[in-house]
Amino acid sequence: MASETVILEGHIIDSLILAKVLDTIVMLGGTFDLTDVEIGRTRADISRVAIQIHAESAGLLDAILAAIQPHGAIVSRAQDCRLEPAPADGILPDQFYATTHLPTQIRLNGTWIDVDHIEMDLAIRVNLNPPSAQTVPMAEVKAGDLIVVGREGVRVFPLERPKEHDIFGFMEAQVSPERPFHHVIADVATRMERIRTKREHHHPPPKVLLAGGPAIVHAGGRDALAWLIDMGYIHVLFCGNALAAHDMEASLFGTSLGYNLGAGRTVPHGHEHHLRTINKIRAIGSIRKAVEIGVIQTGIMAACIRRGVHMVIGGTIRDDGPLPDVITDALAAQAAMRAAIPQVELALLVASTLHAVATGNLLPATVPTVCVDINPAVPTKLTDRGSFQAVGLVMDAASFLRELARRLGWKEDVA
Amino acid sequence: MTRFLVCPPDYFGIEYEINPWMRISNASDPQRSAQQWHALMRQLEAVGAKLERMEPVKGLPDLVFTANAGFVANGIAVPSRFRHPERQREEEHFTRWFIQHGFRVITLDPTMYFEGAGDLLGFPDLWFGGYRQRSDIRAYTVLTDIFHQEILPLELVDSHFYHLDTCFCPLSGGELLYYPPAFDNYAQTVINDRVPSHRRWTVPRAEAVRFACNAVCVDRHVVLPAGCPQTMEWLTAHGYEPHPVELDEFMKAGGAAKCLTLALD
Repeated sequence: MASETVILEGHIIDSLILAKVLDTIVMLGGTFDLTDVEIGRTRADISRVAIQIHAESAGLLDAILAAIQPHGAIVSRAQDCRLEPAPADGILPDQFYATTHLPTQIRLNGTWIDVDHIEMDLAIRVNLNPPSAQTVPMAEVKAGDLIVVGREGVRVFPLERPKEHDIFGFMEAQVSPERPFHHVIADVATRMERIRTKREHHHPPPKVLLAGGPAIVHAGGRDALAWLIDMGYIHVLFCGNALAAHDMEASLFGTSLGYNLGAGRTVPHGHEHHLRTINKIRAIGSIRKAVEIGVIQTGIMAACIRRGVHMVIGGTIRDDGPLPDVITDALAAQAAMRAAIPQVELALLVASTLHAVATGNLLPATVPTVCVDINPAVPTKLTDRGSFQAVGLVMDAASFLRELARRLGWKEDVA
Repeated sequence: MTRFLVCPPDYFGIEYEINPWMRISNASDPQRSAQQWHALMRQLEAVGAKLERMEPVKGLPDLVFTANAGFVANGIAVPSRFRHPERQREEEHFTRWFIQHGFRVITLDPTMYFEGAGDLLGFPDLWFGGYRQRSDIRAYTVLTDIFHQEILPLELVDSHFYHLDTCFCPLSGGELLYYPPAFDNYAQTVINDRVPSHRRWTVPRAEAVRFACNAVCVDRHVVLPAGCPQTMEWLTAHGYEPHPVELDEFMKAGGAAKCLTLALD
């Protein structure tokens, strides 16, 4: 994909010059974004627009530029990005460029290069030889690292419409319990099936990420999720101490936070079950070991271990225990989650405000994302924080997971 | 009173070919040229115009086409920047004339082609700028800054109508003579949007190539090349008095009445 920004100014609106330039770009097979538009206030005032042109090849881009230059479109003189060394470990230069989660390039020595590991709210660190750029969290920057400052020489590409004509193509956050959800789940199932097939012949293989909260277990979505994992539909799991603990509590005691999952009532001293579960796993040393020696045989954790799912369990200040696998250093947990993001091609954020927002912040906008929560505030919060690509689904976690699993062939055990 | 800058055709001739009308083999007749030019001047003076004559220069055959000296309004003169090197040598003479006659002269960057009142013309509050053949569209952005005036660029697509004043003639009452095929579709839409259909006269091709649009309008008088009966009939029907003048010697160079004059106010 080749791209160039041109400036068009003058009486370009009423004279239809802007329309002519845009028509010409499209007619020749290019696409465009108006990145900066200033419309004159009076008839005597001129207007000015910056047009970012995209074309399949450099040759086509040149043809487009040649066709529009006689109408006054001039290539804006692009500048290299400015770099400043980080003044100290963990401190960025004052004017550091803060990233979005959209595809981004920087211009180094006259050449545009991609910024790797796109994520919002980070800085861009540059290596000069060989030239490369990647996002870097504030806390990970080292004194002397070259950091992009200012806005010159940085360009951000708006999301292209996906080729598939499914719900993600519309990229509108459907945050309403009153909207039908079956087609959303059907589209998610189709994507998951496609990714599972693609994994057989793609290296590195694409991944489906699920970030989930304990309501999955409480509400009865555990069997469906364990089945999805066992069938190879999910490859990365982000969760907290609670989901893991209640899942294994169900395995050991048949309860979730003391409620008998089958009978749906409290059992005597049931509230202690999750503590006893955590204690047992701590004694064994890890979830993996507990599964391998047969102490934990069913459920989400067991399926994850069996299928080699990449699990990141992040801790919080209200955790009991926690389980030995929980990463209690918040920055370390963030880094571990970040490391699992590359190759994620679909993200399901289910019943967890904390993990949904945390994961949303880490995901590039190019990753189709579904946020499922019974509370409409959660998908709203996610989109408010910039993850505009997320499709919101207001429904309970178990209904979502069970419907999704059924569409992929799960036969509910009615016994 | 309307003042025009003109230049006697002492050295006029076809010495190079920079438009489809010009053929060195189709030489102009100096005597007939002089007669036609003087007849045009008499006609302009008869309808009340005041003429400022500049000194012709040997070796500059097109200096006679003063419409391309530059563009003048509000006491400001912006001299032309010619696209063809053959005419670039005229720039210094026109510029000197403007300076000597008290105009505030603003010059454009030499690479920003702009051929003066040949390409920039219009109604008192709406100007149009022809581009693509001779003038560069970017010049109109600079001219907007200079004159604080809306200028709508119009793309010219036929090399026979290489200046806007060869196919577009705004009249004093708001009417317009024009030849639509000289413009691209966008420009035709703009013209249709800005000038109501009952005020537009679509010049037939036979008269367009006789330079019917290369006319000079002074109040209700329109001085135009001879051989344009339908245009004259339309002008009469719309309250104008047409005055035909033989100008075929100048048409050999691609110009007629309007090209031979530059309005100074």
